[in-house]
Amino acid sequence: MTVAFSTGRGKPPGPASGRPDGKLPALRRLISNRSNFLLRYSPLLILALAWEAASRLQLASSLALPPLTDVARAWIELIQSGDLVGNGLSSLYRAGAGLALAILVGGALGVFMAVSRPANAMLGPLVELFYPMPKSALIPVTVLWLGFGDGSKILLIFLGCMLPVTIGAYNGARGSDQHLLWSARSMGARGLRVMWDVVVPSALPELLNGVRTALALAFILLVSSELVVARQGFGYLIGYLGANGSYEAMFAVVLTVAFIGFLADRVYQAVVERALRWRE
Amino acid sequence: MDNPAQIIIENVSHHYRPAVGREVLALESVSLQVREREFLALVGPSGCGKSTLLYLIGGFLPIDTGKIMVDGKPAAGPGPDRGIVFQNFALFPWKTVRKNVLYGLERQALPRAEREARAQAFIDLVGLTGFEESYPSHLSGGMKQRAAIARTLAFDPRMLLMDEPFGALDAQTRSLMQSELLAIWEKTRKTVIFVTHDVHEAVYLAERVAVMTARPGRIKAIIDTSFDKDDPEVHRSKIFVDKVDEVWTLVRDEAVKALEKQRP
Ligand SMILES: Nc1ncnc2c1ncn2[C@@H]1O[C@H](COP(=O)(O)OP(=O)(O)OP(=O)(O)O)[C@@H](O)[C@H]1O
Ligand SMILES: [Mg+2]
Repeated sequence: MTVAFSTGRGKPPGPASGRPDGKLPALRRLISNRSNFLLRYSPLLILALAWEAASRLQLASSLALPPLTDVARAWIELIQSGDLVGNGLSSLYRAGAGLALAILVGGALGVFMAVSRPANAMLGPLVELFYPMPKSALIPVTVLWLGFGDGSKILLIFLGCMLPVTIGAYNGARGSDQHLLWSARSMGARGLRVMWDVVVPSALPELLNGVRTALALAFILLVSSELVVARQGFGYLIGYLGANGSYEAMFAVVLTVAFIGFLADRVYQAVVERALRWRE
Repeated sequence: MDNPAQIIIENVSHHYRPAVGREVLALESVSLQVREREFLALVGPSGCGKSTLLYLIGGFLPIDTGKIMVDGKPAAGPGPDRGIVFQNFALFPWKTVRKNVLYGLERQALPRAEREARAQAFIDLVGLTGFEESYPSHLSGGMKQRAAIARTLAFDPRMLLMDEPFGALDAQTRSLMQSELLAIWEKTRKTVIFVTHDVHEAVYLAERVAVMTARPGRIKAIIDTSFDKDDPEVHRSKIFVDKVDEVWTLVRDEAVKALEKQRP
């Protein structure tokens, strides 16, 4: 049982670890490479089995926890009816647009604050003030301004996701190496050119870190705002199905959102790794 | 030899005012003239302000006391007429060696093919052939230093400010790079200000060696070292050995003072 919880990365504890045995580490590496993926996500499989068993054996009410196989069936139906795809696309559009705006505006703002003292003096306190604020509090406000449609969700995600990017960009840009700035200028670069060639790449590692936080926030804000007020989207679908007692289908949507969030994070990390391959 | 002065430094002092910690007087009334096409070496104990002086000439630091004229104009702001090789290389870590070397060339109105050819020629010159697509983080200290030299030479500045450019190189590579630098200097006749800790190197490369005092840096003496150096055995000639001795004594006195000053 213990092996199931090993991630396949760390060494197993005990006297065997670190033994200067030529064969054992090689063997272990082979096993861990081959089954790394399986081993890593085996806790998930166990959780799924436990879920199925718990509801089949009536350990939990099948209303509170419908069997996973029923959830899977409901998922297929949702796909066939087009409900999941339609609502999903509308959600992804909102998240994508809000996030893209947050990255562009947030990144530019952070870099601007780092290079301009007046901008920093003006905007710094505002950023500090708004950063810790729970952004879901803005849901009714954005609805009041922009109504029930896409606009209010995009605005909410934009506002909620901007500050982590701003702060990342600001910290990264402020750490730009003086000699690199001088270097670029001594080779004839000026103004915006220096910003783009030196300040932005210097800011990139921290900026991209901020974007990862923003990515997670975007999903949270998306679903919560759609749960509260929307006529489309994942959150709306979850709320609607829940209110109508279609719990299998509701769970199917919840799991879909969780999976998309996970996938987005993995893809994002792969992209970052590639963009920052000059480091090490 | 009697070219007009290209870089005129008059009574320049420089204070560093760090955000935390105390103010440091790095340079005090430095006056120095560098002629067009001259090769001048700058030596002095660590911390005496050699880098600072180069930064002032390069236009990177504001000049608060005294004045610096370059080509008859105040040295306000950096420009591609003065190429600098920084002591810490200052390569762009996110650019490959090739892209680093191309950077200065891209600011010039040259056809693309010519830029690429020039970049490659200088990468070859410093012995980095085969490392064009490497990132600086994957190079050794000496390789980074050579990449930085290639980058500055490639865009062909009229004046070269070099801050211990061979400091990270082994003896053989260093001697090869010295010959290359001399060849380039003789061919293109740039004005060179060359900071080094190596007195041999200074006497061998330069026409004049300026010795600086311990901090706050002033010019202590200027030694003429423009004798004939074509002889491959010049290192053993009496005049060479005497000049090295002369510069060495001056530098050592200052180094001792610098150490004494640091003691509590
Ligand atoms: N950014 C800075 N802030 C504060 N003080 C500085 C700064 N840079 C240099 N100094 C001080 O100015 C003095 C001169 O520094 P500089 O780097 O010009 O010396 P250097 O002659 O180039 O030394 P080295 O041979 O070790 O490179 C030093 O004593 C140092 O303490
Ligand atoms: Mg220095």
